[in-house]
Amino acid sequence: MSDTRDTQRSGAGPVDSDLVSLDAGELARRIHAGEVSSVEVTRAHLERIEAVDGGIHAFLHLDAEGALAAAEAADRAIADGGPVSPLAGVPVAVKDNLTTTDMPTTCGSRILSGWRPPYDATVVKRLRAAGLVPLGKTNLDEFAMGSSTENSAFGPTRNPWDTTRIPGGSGGGSSASVAAGESPLALGSDTGGSIRQPGAVTGTVGVKPTYGTVSRYGLVAFSSSLDQVGPCARSVLDAALLHEVVGGHDPCDQTSVDAPLPPVVEAALAGARGDLAGVRVGVVAEFSGEGYQPGVLAAFTDAVRTLGELGAEVVEVSCPAFSYALPAYYLIAPSEASSNLARFDAMRYGLRVGDDGEHAADEVMSLTREAGFGAEVKRRIMIGTHALSAGSYDALYGKAQKARTLIVRDFTAAFETCDVLVSPTTPTTAFPLGERTDDPLAMYLADLCTIPSNLAGNAALSVPCGLSADDGLPVGLQVMAPALADDRAYRVAAAYEVARGAGDHPRIPELRALETSR
Amino acid sequence: MTATVESAPYTVEEVCEQFDPVMGLEVHVELNTATKMFCGCANAFGAEPNTHVCPVCLGLPGALPRVNGTAVESAVKIGLALNCHVRERSGFARKNYFYPDMPKNFQISQYEDPIVFDGYLDVPLDDGTTWRVEIERAHMEEDTGKSLHIGGATGRIHGADYSLLDYNRSGVPLIEIVTKPIVGAGVRAPEVARAYVTALRDVLRGLGVSDVRMDQGSMRCDANVSLKPKGTEEFGTRTETKNVNSLRSVERAVRYEMGRHAGVLLSGGTIRQETRHFDEQSGTTSPGRPKETFADYRFFPEPDLPPLEPSRDWVETLRAGLPERPWERRARIQTEWGLSDEELRDLVNADALDLVADTVDAGAPPEAARSWWVSYLAQQANTAGVTLPELAITPAQVARVVALVAEGTLTNKLARQVVDGVLAGEGEPDDVVAGRGLAVVSDESALTAAVDEALAAQPDIAEKIRAGKTKAAGAIVGAVMKATRGQADAARVQELVLERCR
Amino acid sequence: MSDITRDDVAHLARLARLAVSDEELDVFSSQIDAIVDTVSRVGEIPDDVPPTAQVVPQTNVLRRDVREPSLSNAAALSGAPAAEEGRFRVPRILGEGA
Repeated sequence: MSDTRDTQRSGAGPVDSDLVSLDAGELARRIHAGEVSSVEVTRAHLERIEAVDGGIHAFLHLDAEGALAAAEAADRAIADGGPVSPLAGVPVAVKDNLTTTDMPTTCGSRILSGWRPPYDATVVKRLRAAGLVPLGKTNLDEFAMGSSTENSAFGPTRNPWDTTRIPGGSGGGSSASVAAGESPLALGSDTGGSIRQPGAVTGTVGVKPTYGTVSRYGLVAFSSSLDQVGPCARSVLDAALLHEVVGGHDPCDQTSVDAPLPPVVEAALAGARGDLAGVRVGVVAEFSGEGYQPGVLAAFTDAVRTLGELGAEVVEVSCPAFSYALPAYYLIAPSEASSNLARFDAMRYGLRVGDDGEHAADEVMSLTREAGFGAEVKRRIMIGTHALSAGSYDALYGKAQKARTLIVRDFTAAFETCDVLVSPTTPTTAFPLGERTDDPLAMYLADLCTIPSNLAGNAALSVPCGLSADDGLPVGLQVMAPALADDRAYRVAAAYEVARGAGDHPRIPELRALETSR
Repeated sequence: MTATVESAPYTVEEVCEQFDPVMGLEVHVELNTATKMFCGCANAFGAEPNTHVCPVCLGLPGALPRVNGTAVESAVKIGLALNCHVRERSGFARKNYFYPDMPKNFQISQYEDPIVFDGYLDVPLDDGTTWRVEIERAHMEEDTGKSLHIGGATGRIHGADYSLLDYNRSGVPLIEIVTKPIVGAGVRAPEVARAYVTALRDVLRGLGVSDVRMDQGSMRCDANVSLKPKGTEEFGTRTETKNVNSLRSVERAVRYEMGRHAGVLLSGGTIRQETRHFDEQSGTTSPGRPKETFADYRFFPEPDLPPLEPSRDWVETLRAGLPERPWERRARIQTEWGLSDEELRDLVNADALDLVADTVDAGAPPEAARSWWVSYLAQQANTAGVTLPELAITPAQVARVVALVAEGTLTNKLARQVVDGVLAGEGEPDDVVAGRGLAVVSDESALTAAVDEALAAQPDIAEKIRAGKTKAAGAIVGAVMKATRGQADAARVQELVLERCR
Repeated sequence: MSDITRDDVAHLARLARLAVSDEELDVFSSQIDAIVDTVSRVGEIPDDVPPTAQVVPQTNVLRRDVREPSLSNAAALSGAPAAEEGRFRVPRILGEGA
């Protein structure tokens, strides 16, 4: 690791004492105490984006004007002395598959290029209502289909730890923006690991809440029975703070659970006191061995040891049906996607190709979808169409639903003896850009450990657990908790985060290789 | 496009010498809920295009459906009225196919687990007997938008240059009611088909869940017809006839298809399984555009909507609240009111039965209520060019007018003026009476004074009356009626005149 | 392999309204064949296991039949590739759906 500091511009340099390196909770404290204004904080982040995003490409759309206006409004509200929400005035980045009235929503797809929705997603409404400051929309694999953000029609996002590598996916933009200090917080969506896996490979926290506890209204659907919106942050507490802003029942989403949100902030604060006595932690036996990078396994083993030192009772559990998770996922998600993405047909919004007076509506649909969708989206639409067809429904989609039952049962059994389950979040650290783009099956393996929680709907998060000894890249520890017990995962992750401390690496990478990748 | 007119060479009687007809009827009913099936947009007919639309019914990315509770209730009521079982756990499914009038390119419907199933309807036939039609299922789904085809020779779909889409109807709640195969009706098959759709319409109207206007498309019928050679068990190939937009057309379409099928089969041909369109003008059917491939709708459970589990208590509450079956009610009313068959038929045909019944419920005697609706009000409706139910007067208002006559406040002539006032929008009957000053002058002392005044004004006539020429009283009565602007009871005035001249 | 042929993929593309090129068909058919082959492993699961379609605990989530604001006509048409007379303008439509 050579010192490349002299080749970097000031905005991309070390950020230890800058506003952009602070946690969201600390920023909120300073803003609410009048030590700094939301406008200053927002401006600092916009400058950071200006300085580094050319090399990262975390953002598809930036709304500096809107952000500063929102920041001014937050400053006014704070100056007025009325009650403000705990994150009022703090900037946030929004994954570009959440609808926004004041910014385009493209889902990383040409078919929606430039589309401005006439409505805000519920979670976006809640961000605004809580006085957060949306900076812009972040890059993603097209329609959230992918594990590397290379499937974006608008170019890949790069990993701030090594810009020759992927930032994970599909929410690579959200996690990279947080990792690079471009935003203290971001919203993502997690269908098979799209918040947790990017979190792991960018050294940030990513949470997939229990299915139904964060509204999906305004989240452009990929796989409706698996999709869940969740927070990305640099600390467990920050994630919990954002989680409480966006979470909770929404009548606009009838799959939304009409129950109080688990007390995740309280759990994160409790966990940070560092005591896990009496907590039973299950290590999932199936998530190790062949295909797992030694440095990842070593970091994971260290993390488990730390949990034991914090007083947790560590046991090994077996979830044999998890071996069906990947195949079941790659049937269920494409099946639902084939239906969800049928609406992109050039009739009411988005791209239209071939409307020359000669082609009929049906032909224009086919030409537009052919031109507007990328290869991975087309593949999954066709696989899903196949899996739901009369001749293969029972053998494919039907069996995948049965696999889902078995996975739910394995979780249920495991949670009878354990409070939480742990595993590496991903089998490997960030792989080089381009390495798996021609091999869909290899790409799919990145989500091996994260998919079961989407199929079962339980809570799961990824918390940084140091750098892999073999390549110096971040590794994530996945903590899984039963449905509606998200607070347990937060408690364990917060305790672990404090115990691990700063580690022997900077919180925000120094963006080496930034200049060369430009 | 002109329909290929095919002759139906065989009469129903001839067909049934060699074949048994098998029918299946699918009826789509638009519910009259305030809002759509899955969003809060108005469920209304005839608004400006694309004004009753939102992210949900436009299928915008990110929007999610929200089930209308009243639509579910209506579906259960319909099921109960059709003697169906209510499924303990049912759910929605997606039916996937591409079509521009369907914004999501899938329809949210129900597939393997419709909310109600396995029922029957005992349908009254013309000869007074009933025919039991078995119901396979009834399920909830959403309607599509409407397309307008522009350019080309006819403005119809074929040959159009482009189309314009209006999604106001997109997402309107539909109930599809599907019969089991109707077998054994023989020559009565066309009549059974019409009688079933008629009875179904009456039941749905009685439930108040739909406007059931076939002419406006709020009730639509598809008729499946096949023939099987007498004595065999296996059904023949069926055709599905769409665009059957009136009760009479249901009967005609079935009759035509029976004859056409027989013609094809008896000349050695085979029936193609296809969709056919009924032409009201010619009474014939013509083939629709053949589908390229077998339709594979790739149904799967709708992931955005949780399952429905109607509680037993709720279902029983709905069952207890079901109205009488319309034909049973008619029989009861006929007995109670002492109507002849003809009088009853006239009431039904004039769409007046419910109005009269409601007027009776509001306190009017049946005879008076019936008389108002079938004579004076029918004339007014006729003059105004509207149907009786559309007339701007309610049964309660008619009942009030009847009551005012009965208590002597109004004469029949005055009552008609009050009704005119109500129709003209002058308010309730009592408002019209007050506003127009129409009440009968029933104040005895005032009347007596008016009589005395008239007698004093015409002493010669008064003398004649006193002399016993009672016929002369007419002139005095006329003068009093004039003085009271017709609001006195003439018979009473006559009595007073004679009294004062005694 | 899973027996997905090039013709099968061409059929799927038609069903899914994707005008894929011949070159794409070559690539997609081998990739989809390999993927379907891998995911077909779920076939090992016994038939008597009940299916799970969604993981929501609640039932009977119903909306009250009360009107809510609709979009304005302008907002409804704001993303339309073409519009005319308050309606979405689309190329000519052939026949029925499916």
